[in-house]
Amino acid sequence: MFGLKPDLCNVPLSDEHYSLEDYEGGVARWCPGCGDHGILTSVQKLCREKQLVPEKTVFVSGIGCSSRFPHYMNTYGFHGLHGRAFPVASGVKFRRPDLNVFVVTGDGDCCSIGTAHWIHAIRYNMNMTVLLLDNSIYGLTKKQTSPTSARGTKSNTHPAGSILPPINPIQTTLGVSNVSFVAQTADWNPAHVYETIKAAYEHPGFSFVRVVQRCPVYMRDLYDAAVTDPTALTLLTHENGIKLHEKVEKSFKNIIKHDPSDINKGREYAELKDSIPIGLFYQNKNAPRYDEYGAHNIGMPVEERLDAINKELDKYAV
Amino acid sequence: MSTTQSIPVAKKSKGSAVTVNQHVVEIVSDSGEGAQKAGQSFGSISAKMGNGVWTVEIIPAEIQPPARSRAGASGIRIRVGSEKVTNMGDHANIVVALNEQVLYGRISQDAYTEGTVILLENKWANSDIDSIRKEYATALADFKSKGYKVIGIPMEEECMKFVSDARKGKNMWVLGMLCHIYNRDLTKAEEQIRYIFKKKAEKVFEANVNLLKGGYNWAKENLELNFEIPPLENAGDQVVMNGNEAIALGTLAAGIEVCAMYPITPATSASHKLAECIENAGGILHQAEDEIAAIGFAIGSSYAGKTAITITSGPGLALKTEFIGLAVMAEVPLVIVNVQRGGPSTGLPTKVEQGDLLASLYGEAGDAPKIIIAPATIEECFQFVILARKLAEAFRTPVIILTDANLATGVSPFPRPKINAEWLAAPIDQSRWKKEIAPYNWDPETGISPRPIPGQKDGMYRLTGLAHDHNSKVAYDPEINQKSSEARSRKMAAVLQTLKPPKVNGDESGDLLVVGWGSTKGAIEEAVASARKSGLKVSSLHIHFLSPLEPGLEEIFKKFKKIKTVELNYSDKIGDPLITKKSRRYAQLAWLLRAQTLVDVDCYSNVFGQPINPSKVLDMIKEELKAK
Repeated sequence: MFGLKPDLCNVPLSDEHYSLEDYEGGVARWCPGCGDHGILTSVQKLCREKQLVPEKTVFVSGIGCSSRFPHYMNTYGFHGLHGRAFPVASGVKFRRPDLNVFVVTGDGDCCSIGTAHWIHAIRYNMNMTVLLLDNSIYGLTKKQTSPTSARGTKSNTHPAGSILPPINPIQTTLGVSNVSFVAQTADWNPAHVYETIKAAYEHPGFSFVRVVQRCPVYMRDLYDAAVTDPTALTLLTHENGIKLHEKVEKSFKNIIKHDPSDINKGREYAELKDSIPIGLFYQNKNAPRYDEYGAHNIGMPVEERLDAINKELDKYAV
Repeated sequence: MSTTQSIPVAKKSKGSAVTVNQHVVEIVSDSGEGAQKAGQSFGSISAKMGNGVWTVEIIPAEIQPPARSRAGASGIRIRVGSEKVTNMGDHANIVVALNEQVLYGRISQDAYTEGTVILLENKWANSDIDSIRKEYATALADFKSKGYKVIGIPMEEECMKFVSDARKGKNMWVLGMLCHIYNRDLTKAEEQIRYIFKKKAEKVFEANVNLLKGGYNWAKENLELNFEIPPLENAGDQVVMNGNEAIALGTLAAGIEVCAMYPITPATSASHKLAECIENAGGILHQAEDEIAAIGFAIGSSYAGKTAITITSGPGLALKTEFIGLAVMAEVPLVIVNVQRGGPSTGLPTKVEQGDLLASLYGEAGDAPKIIIAPATIEECFQFVILARKLAEAFRTPVIILTDANLATGVSPFPRPKINAEWLAAPIDQSRWKKEIAPYNWDPETGISPRPIPGQKDGMYRLTGLAHDHNSKVAYDPEINQKSSEARSRKMAAVLQTLKPPKVNGDESGDLLVVGWGSTKGAIEEAVASARKSGLKVSSLHIHFLSPLEPGLEEIFKKFKKIKTVELNYSDKIGDPLITKKSRRYAQLAWLLRAQTLVDVDCYSNVFGQPINPSKVLDMIKEELKAK
C-alpha cells in the first residue's frame, strides 16, 4: 500500500534517545590541557552515535590518570587495581555478552605492571574496545619513567635520562597470536581519534587502540612541535582501513596506503622513525573469540542443571 | 643371597576369616606404579560394601623420584571400618610394598608397629644386582627386628602370567590380592575397574580384570590372611569422593556459574573435576594466565552479576590478596577456596598444613574483614561451598573456605546430598533500580547494602578500590573512610548474630578442652573418646567459623581447667633455648583464640606435613593430664 513495505510498523523503535549529557559522569579532574579530556569527549560522542544503552555499558580501568576515566562516564564502571583491568573486563564480558565493554588503561598500567594480562587479553580476543592512553610518563605519581618513555627521558627515577629503549605497544600487540585489531591515533587530531575509536568499537573482537598523547605537566615539550607540524604524523589509509572525511585526509602530508590484512607490512609501519604512524595496522575479523566460548550454556533451565548435578552424584553413589 | 626371605604361610580352610571392626591398609611403591589408583579403588569398593572408609595419599615431593628410594614412597593408606571412619588412624595392620626401600619413608613417620604385616615383592631377593640383593636382605632383617611380620610375595612373577610389563599391572594384581584378604565382592571390584578405565579400550579393561582375578586367586591359594569387616548399619544412600571432588560438586550444587583458576597443587584436582562437569550444569571454567588474573576474572564476573569461585592453595592465595582487598573494599561477593599446603613460600606442595589461617584473616593491606569458614569433613567440603555462596551474596563480601591437602585427597563416604533447587544462585535481577538508593546504601545496623548490577537501569555506579562514600564517589572527606570502614566491619558483627555457640564434644566442663579446626576433627574426637573411656575429664571443640569467630567461646573455656589447640601449624616448644612462655610463638588458632578471648590458650602443633593421628593426640592428652 502506497509503496510501503508491509512490515514497516514492526520496526522496533527505541523508547529513549540518549543525548551526550546522558553519558556524562562526574567533572573530570584531569589537568587542563591533558589529552584525556579530548578522548573522553570522543568516547561520549561514540556512545551517542551508537546509542549505547548506558546501563548496558561498562568501562573497566586500572590505576593511573587514564584509569579515572570510568568516573567521568555515566555508565557502569570498574576502577580497580594497577595493571589488572584486563582480567576484570574479561570476567565481565565472558558471561555477559549483552554488555558493551571498554577498557581504559595507561602506559604504566598496560605496558608495565599489567603486561602479562595485556598479552593474554590480546590472545583471548574477547569483544571489547581497549584504549591505551599513552603519554610516555607516569603522571599520577609525579614523573617517573614509563616503559614507553623515549630513551634518555629525564624523570625522577632517571634524572640522567632513561637507560633503555621504550616498548612499542603496537609492535608488541602485533606480535601476539590471535591479534585481531590494532590501531594508533594522536590526541591532537580529534577527527582521527573519533574515527579510530569508532572503528575499534565496530570491530568484533579485542580492538586495541593506542592514543599517543600529551602530558601538559610532566612532558610538556614532547609533542609540542608535532601538534603544529603537518609532517609529524603519517596516515595509514586504505579502503578497508579507518575512514576519514575527504577534507581531513587531505590535510595529511604523509600518507601510506596500507592494507590492514597485511600483518607484516603493519609491523614494518609500526617502526616508522621520523613521523608517528596513525591508522589501522592490522585487522582480522575472523580470529577465534574466547567470549563466544564463554557464552554457551548461559541461562540453562534449572531442571537441566539439577539433572546434571544428580548425574554427577550418581557417579559417586555407593 | 638372602636366606631371610619369608615364605608365604600355608592356606587355611575356608570360612576362617577373622572378624575385625576396623583395619588400616597401606600400599606403598615407587612413584608411577599405580598404588593410589589401586588404593582408591579398594576404598571405593569397601564403601560400596557398606564400610566406613578414609583414605590418605602418600605422595613424594618430586614428580619422579628415583626408584627404590627412601624419600620416594608413593602410595596410599586406606582405613576401613564397621563404623564411620573420620581419620587415617594410627599404625597400619597390613602393608603391601612393591620394594623394601620405600617402607623406610613410612617407618620414619611411625606408620607401622610390632605385628604390622608387610606383604613384600620378593623379586629383589634374586636381583642380578648385588647391591639390591644386599639391601633387600638387610631390610628384611631390620623389619623383623622391629617386629613386623614380613611375607614375601612373587608379585612380578605372577603378573607376568597376564601381562608383558608387570610395572603396569601390579597395582591391579595387588587390588585383587587385597580383595581376597578382606572378602571384597569381585563383581563390585570389576565395576570399579570398569569405571576407572572408562576412557580406555575394552582390552585394557579385560587385561586389568585378569590381573585382579589373578591376584585374588593367588591370595586364595597361598595366603592365610583373611578378614571380615562387617558393614555399617543403616547407612542409607551414600556417595564416596575426596574433598576436592566434593568442592567441585558443591560448586555445581551452589549454582556457581564461573570458576576461574590457575593450576596449583593440591587444589588443581577440584578444577579438573569442574572442567569435566561444570558446563553440563550451566557454568564454565576459565584457566587464567596467573593467580592474579584468575581472581580478577572471578571478581569481574561477580561484579557483572554472575556467581563466581576461584580455587587455589597458599602461594596462590598470597598472589590473590590484592584483589581480595579490592573485593572487600568494593563489596563484591566471591567464593575463594584455599586448599592449604605446607608453607611458607612454595613449602610442601603435596603435604598438609593449616598455616594460612592468619594470612586469610589479615593478609591484605589495611583492614579487610571477610568471612572465613573451614569444613572439617568431606561432606562439609560439599556443603560449605553452598553456604559460602549464600553468605557472600547476603553480606556482599568475599568468603574464604579453608580446606587442606588432607581433605583434598582423602576419600570418605557420606550421605548422598538431596540436591535442592534453592541451593542454586537466583537469576540476576535486571529490574529497574530505584534511583534514590545509593550503591553503598549501608544499613546503619548491619552494614549491608543492596547491589546494583550492570544492566539495571538507573543503577549505574563506578566501583572503586579507593575509599569511597555511599555513592561510590572517591572520598575526599576525612569522615568517609572511617564511616565506610565501620560499615564493612559491621557486616562481620551481623554474621555473628546468625551463629550459635559451638557444641562441646563430651562433657561441658572438665580438666582439658582440646580445640581444633579443619581436617583434624576426626583424629581429635577419636582421641578424646578413648581418653574419656579411660576416665580422663577431657572434651573437644571444633570451630567452623574463623571470621567472625564463633560466639560463646569464653563461656565454654571458663568451664575447663586447661584449653589447648591441636593444629597442623608451627609453634615454638617451651623449654627450647630462648623460648619462654612470653617469647613463644603460638600456633595460629591458639594465637587467634588468645587474642579474642584473653584466655591462656596453649597449643599442640607440628609441621611434619602429615595428618595428625589419634594416638598422638591421645598421648598429648595423657601427658597434659599426667595420666598413664
